[in-house]
Amino acid sequence: MDASEESRNQFREIHGLNDPLFVQFLSYMADLVRLDFGDSIRRSEPAIDVVLRGFAWTLQLAVITMSLVVVFAIILGSLAAFHVGGVFDRLATFFSLIGSSAPDFWIAIVAIVIFSVNLGWFPTSGTGTVWHWVMPISVLFIRPFGLILQIVRGSMITALGSAYVKTARAKGVGNRPIIFVHALRNALLPVITVIGDQAAALLNGAVVIESIFGFPGIGKLMINSILQRDFTVVMAAIMVTALAIFLMNLVIDILYSILDPESGIDPWHRLTFRLPTFPPHPIPWFRPCGCSGPINSPLSR
Amino acid sequence: MDNRLLSVKNLSVDFHTSHGTVHAVRDVSWHLDRGETLAILGESGSGKSVSASAILNLIDMPPGEITQGEILFEGRDVLTMSSEDRRNLNGHRIAMIFQDPLSHLNPVYTVGFQIAETMTAHGVDKAEARSRTISLMQRVGIPEPDTKVDAYPHQFSGGQRQRIMIAMALALKPDILIADEPTTALDVTVQAQILALLKELQQETGMGLLLITHDLGVVAEVADRVVVMNAGQIVETGTAAEVYHRPTHPYTKKLIAAIPGDGAMAEPLDSATKPILDITGLTKHYGSFVALDAANLTVLPGESVAIVGESGSGKSTLAKTVLRLEEATSGSALFEGRDLVSMNDKELFNLRRDIQMVFQDPTQSLNPRMSIFDIITEAFVIHPEILDKAQWKTRVCALLEQVGLKADHMYRYPHQFSGGQRQRIAIARALALEPKLIVCDEAVSALDVSIQAQVLSLLTGLQDELGLSYLFIAHDLPLVRDFAHRVIVMQAGKIVEQGPVAQIFDAPQQEYTRNLIAASLSPNPDIQAERRAAARQLHGVDA
Amino acid sequence: MLWADKFAFVSVIFLLLILFCAVFGPMLLEDVATKQNLRGRNAPPFDFSKNWVYWLGGDALGRPLLARIVVASQNTIFVAAGAVFFSLAIGTALGLIAGYTTRTWSQVIMRLADIIMSFPSLLLAVIVLFMLESSVFNLVVVLAITRIPVYLRTARAETLEVRERMFVQAARVMGASTKRIIFRHILPVVFPTLITIATLDFAFVMLAESSLSFLGIGIQPPEITWGLMVAQGRPYLTTAWWLSFWPGLVIILTTLSLNLVSHWMRTALDPAQRWRLENVRKKNG
Repeated sequence: MDASEESRNQFREIHGLNDPLFVQFLSYMADLVRLDFGDSIRRSEPAIDVVLRGFAWTLQLAVITMSLVVVFAIILGSLAAFHVGGVFDRLATFFSLIGSSAPDFWIAIVAIVIFSVNLGWFPTSGTGTVWHWVMPISVLFIRPFGLILQIVRGSMITALGSAYVKTARAKGVGNRPIIFVHALRNALLPVITVIGDQAAALLNGAVVIESIFGFPGIGKLMINSILQRDFTVVMAAIMVTALAIFLMNLVIDILYSILDPESGIDPWHRLTFRLPTFPPHPIPWFRPCGCSGPINSPLSR
Repeated sequence: MDNRLLSVKNLSVDFHTSHGTVHAVRDVSWHLDRGETLAILGESGSGKSVSASAILNLIDMPPGEITQGEILFEGRDVLTMSSEDRRNLNGHRIAMIFQDPLSHLNPVYTVGFQIAETMTAHGVDKAEARSRTISLMQRVGIPEPDTKVDAYPHQFSGGQRQRIMIAMALALKPDILIADEPTTALDVTVQAQILALLKELQQETGMGLLLITHDLGVVAEVADRVVVMNAGQIVETGTAAEVYHRPTHPYTKKLIAAIPGDGAMAEPLDSATKPILDITGLTKHYGSFVALDAANLTVLPGESVAIVGESGSGKSTLAKTVLRLEEATSGSALFEGRDLVSMNDKELFNLRRDIQMVFQDPTQSLNPRMSIFDIITEAFVIHPEILDKAQWKTRVCALLEQVGLKADHMYRYPHQFSGGQRQRIAIARALALEPKLIVCDEAVSALDVSIQAQVLSLLTGLQDELGLSYLFIAHDLPLVRDFAHRVIVMQAGKIVEQGPVAQIFDAPQQEYTRNLIAASLSPNPDIQAERRAAARQLHGVDA
Repeated sequence: MLWADKFAFVSVIFLLLILFCAVFGPMLLEDVATKQNLRGRNAPPFDFSKNWVYWLGGDALGRPLLARIVVASQNTIFVAAGAVFFSLAIGTALGLIAGYTTRTWSQVIMRLADIIMSFPSLLLAVIVLFMLESSVFNLVVVLAITRIPVYLRTARAETLEVRERMFVQAARVMGASTKRIIFRHILPVVFPTLITIATLDFAFVMLAESSLSFLGIGIQPPEITWGLMVAQGRPYLTTAWWLSFWPGLVIILTTLSLNLVSHWMRTALDPAQRWRLENVRKKNG
């Protein structure tokens, strides 16, 4: 079906496509500054509105998932590190290794077969009820959980073997404060960075998972917009996520300097006088890769 | 039953490692009474701190295992107590301080929190713990305790950190204080202050002090009795004076004989000879900080010049500047008449053959991935004019034998050697370039006393054989006394005094030099007792 | 030494098997894997009466799954290996330069890395592959670019640390050139760490490639990869679960093996690390 000449001209006029390219570019840049990306070509509403709507969904998903990941990974990782080589440690390491090795799209479709199709517990896709959230969150949970648990564990083993923990024992401090007061706060420094990375990945839209579960987040929006060549939306989506990641790095940066008095930086000073660097600070070597793990594997013993 | 405060009976501890079982201590027995100071003396690997760790339940099990023995505290065997009961003893009745206070303090909590924690862990409420923390900090000599209580460990100096550790340990007035190498990483003057503080606090509280050390000087200064350990066993026990004057076991005799500071001092060389190194006004600034301030000194051919000073005195900066590892801000350093400060890259490359360096920590100064052959022949790779490739092997053999190693060591890797052997390898590497001057930066301070003596006699032997000059940087005065022809004393970037070794030790001109010499401990308990008496008298006169 | 760690040992055997499949699989099984067989459509697995290539079942066109998995290993492994190789080589070189040379160059390189890092790698790949056509070569290039910062940062951080070590100072005192210091003293110390990371990253890149192929913007049919096989099996999930299950399982097993081998390498292949451990033991002793 072809559009009539008249409606084509009207379309070009509305979207300013008759102006010289240079003018189009300049006015586009000027609009960007105002967060005005123009209208979505596919839907006749501002691209930024479409994107923000998607982003709100993704943000909720990311926040819930990361909160669960952080809580569980830190507690279980610390306990695993406290009894290195014990039954709990072996189980935790084994499952976290598998978790961090599994392709999430595969887990997602296996989960759909088992829990939606065969057992009928959860809906396969869409949103609406609380039950719609269970499967996307669970699947998204697995990989960051596996990764962060292993890093918490490795980092805690180092911290628990440190000299200051020996001092605390010599002072007669009990086991629980030793783990959760002395060791954990030191062990968290490298963990914070990895948490930031994983959270950024989720904020970027869990592209595959959102597509599989028909979740109306920014990842699915972005894939669809690319396939439909709706580039105003793609641009808006990239800018919004970049801004979100920027803000999150700032938070990580501040968190890091609060946790590490030796960094010698007043965390609030940073907020006002200095732009953050873009990943925040020097990084332990295992940080940026997708899969990582503890220093030594209890599986090997 | 005995009514000793603490006695260790027939204790044996094993460590199960992947290389087999290590018997860390075997059948060790000793005891400690109230108000008394017992020193456990031993070199690295002697197992001297294992029994102390066992008392406080600090040995990780596995890999550790207590195979026999008992530890009686007020007549009760702590090894059979529940872990909760043992935790209640720690910090409350028995406390411990460690070497290297920086790593033994938690970097992310304030010192106030950490001192108070000793009390809160044993049921003292928070507000009271804090006020007691402040008075404790005052007592151990931390200035401005009201504000410093909220500072973090990295904001203190090394000596202050050890004072904080002491405050932490003594918070609940324990019956026993275990001090594991409490002054090892500290400057001599700071060491003297910390030991004096420990003695004072012992007199105040009447606690038993268990001191673990490798330093006979520390033993002579504070110990009533001493237990000498070697390879996991006790070889000798007795009062400090008995053990020093009448050692019975061959190991103890060897240990005492190896202590530097007793030999004849070297005669100064003829100062009319043309110096090999002539430094004038050498200065190094880091930003506004003056690390080295207008240093003037000379080194004669075949002479050993020692530079002594405490940390931050600028002695290492001086060495680095001479080696052009750091660029001098101003001044000159004439090596055989040519100013090495202003040399260009090519001249500098040729100079590298003439000036070499031996570093402090031989573990770090050898590339772990290179064989000994590769490490030594690197000199010939970089400077191919020294030697034809066909002769490398014979030369490496000769060098290894010259430094007291075997020729077949050349295919091994650094981690297969002991600390002393590694330092010999580092010396062989320096000799491969046939240098005229070797800069030794704390070259023996990481080694055990008996090994130190061997490496020093190797250096002296090489000097006689090859006519080498040494610029010998050290913080340990007795060591320097036996080794150097001339001594230069540095403080805060400045040279405060220099002269022949006999003059510096027998008739020091400057107050700082006198303090430095007075602060270094003699291994002879009688001499230390005399010095203490003299100091008391001085105080009495003052007061 | 490897034998001591049973999990790592099994992993290495498994990875060697996969490598064998990747190199020789298509040569041996290409015909079997592409031949359609209408009677074997969605044939269930574990039917041992059939030819062994059907033991894992057949796909929607009756092609044997086992044979297809073996053939698909070539693309999967080739893309991951290519991407890891290029990112490792380029990242290491830039990292050494950034770590050892002047501040200006270091700053330029690090800012470039920051820019790449601030883009989500998967989305970057989606966009680029959509603009360009998706071929094996483009896939390798895109994945390699997104992974360069990983090696760059590590190499730089390690170089900054190693260059201050005393043996590097000793080499400088002997008059060693910059080239010699970098290649003889720094690189050998840094390299084991980088190889360990590369092993982990291999798993990551494999997962990324699988995701892209699953989304339909990676490798295009008739070429196959494991990720694509999972996607192709998706419509039959309810009736023939094995279509998606087996290729997914192979992905998991391969990445898991890479993880385990990487763990083992981290401690075992690094004499410096071992040396440190020995020292710790001696001090305690």
